[in-house]
Amino acid sequence: MTNDFQLTPENIQMMKDVLIEHVPHARALGLTILDAKHGESWLTVPYDKKLVGNLETGVIHGGVITAMLDNACGVAVQLALPERISIATLDLRIDYMKPATPGETLVGHAHCYKVTRNIAFVRGTAYHTDPLDPIATCVGTFMLGANRAAPMPLDVSVDLLKKFEG
Amino acid sequence: MSETLKNPPAPDLNAFLAAIPYAQFLNISIDQKGNEITTVMRFEHKLIGNPVLPALHGGAIGAFLEMTSIIQLAFETGITSIPKPIGLTIDYLRSGKPQDLYGRAHITKQGRRVATVHAEAWQDDRAKPVAAAHGHFLLKAAEE
Repeated sequence: MTNDFQLTPENIQMMKDVLIEHVPHARALGLTILDAKHGESWLTVPYDKKLVGNLETGVIHGGVITAMLDNACGVAVQLALPERISIATLDLRIDYMKPATPGETLVGHAHCYKVTRNIAFVRGTAYHTDPLDPIATCVGTFMLGANRAAPMPLDVSVDLLKKFEG
Repeated sequence: MSETLKNPPAPDLNAFLAAIPYAQFLNISIDQKGNEITTVMRFEHKLIGNPVLPALHGGAIGAFLEMTSIIQLAFETGITSIPKPIGLTIDYLRSGKPQDLYGRAHITKQGRRVATVHAEAWQDDRAKPVAAAHGHFLLKAAEE
């Protein structure tokens, strides 16, 4: 029961494969994992015109930040758990502090700070370069062992995932 | 006899939507019946967040609810600039199946600068929503 889950470079690579590469929406957004450790994740979304919410200003839509933070929180929760179990977002609250700067890459950092038998608690921040100058912050809760269906195991073969991609 | 304009002319929502590239990215369209607006996020493979279940990405669902709220605000308030979200709380109630998602929003309270909006998204059965959100939006910045 100790938190002896170690993130080796192989682990991080597998995570990138399973949690990002084979998640069609993450790929469509251009999401990648910058870094990760126990209970924490750093994800990034490069600026892209197709993600703009206002043509006049060129500012990225708030929904992109929602999607990035949702994903970052999910990864952080997975990394806080001693084993792979399925998780589902219960709720997510986002506060928008300022518009993203057009042309700049978004970074989302999430930290899962508490895990109970049924629920994981997580908070996150979206920023460009300085975490102390946030674009948005979020808090969320995740249900553990939420679906009867199998979780996305980290040791699943890439071939198997490709099969699901249809 | 002559028609008097009681209300400002309803904005052209499709033109409003066309100015939001991210709405096209999410495949969002509008189904308008009189004063009832239903938003639709047409299913596409790129909206999948869990390929094993399979299920829609929670972030895409959240973004859809945010967009649904913005469209309702544009319709009811007639504002031409896009409302800015201040905060949004999303409750995920069921996993989103790989099919079209529908959304409706209603303005709980509209102030001079801030509006409170509630939005829901569903698929087969409107009584069984996939997700619900409530948010605050800035209608316009304080007078400059």
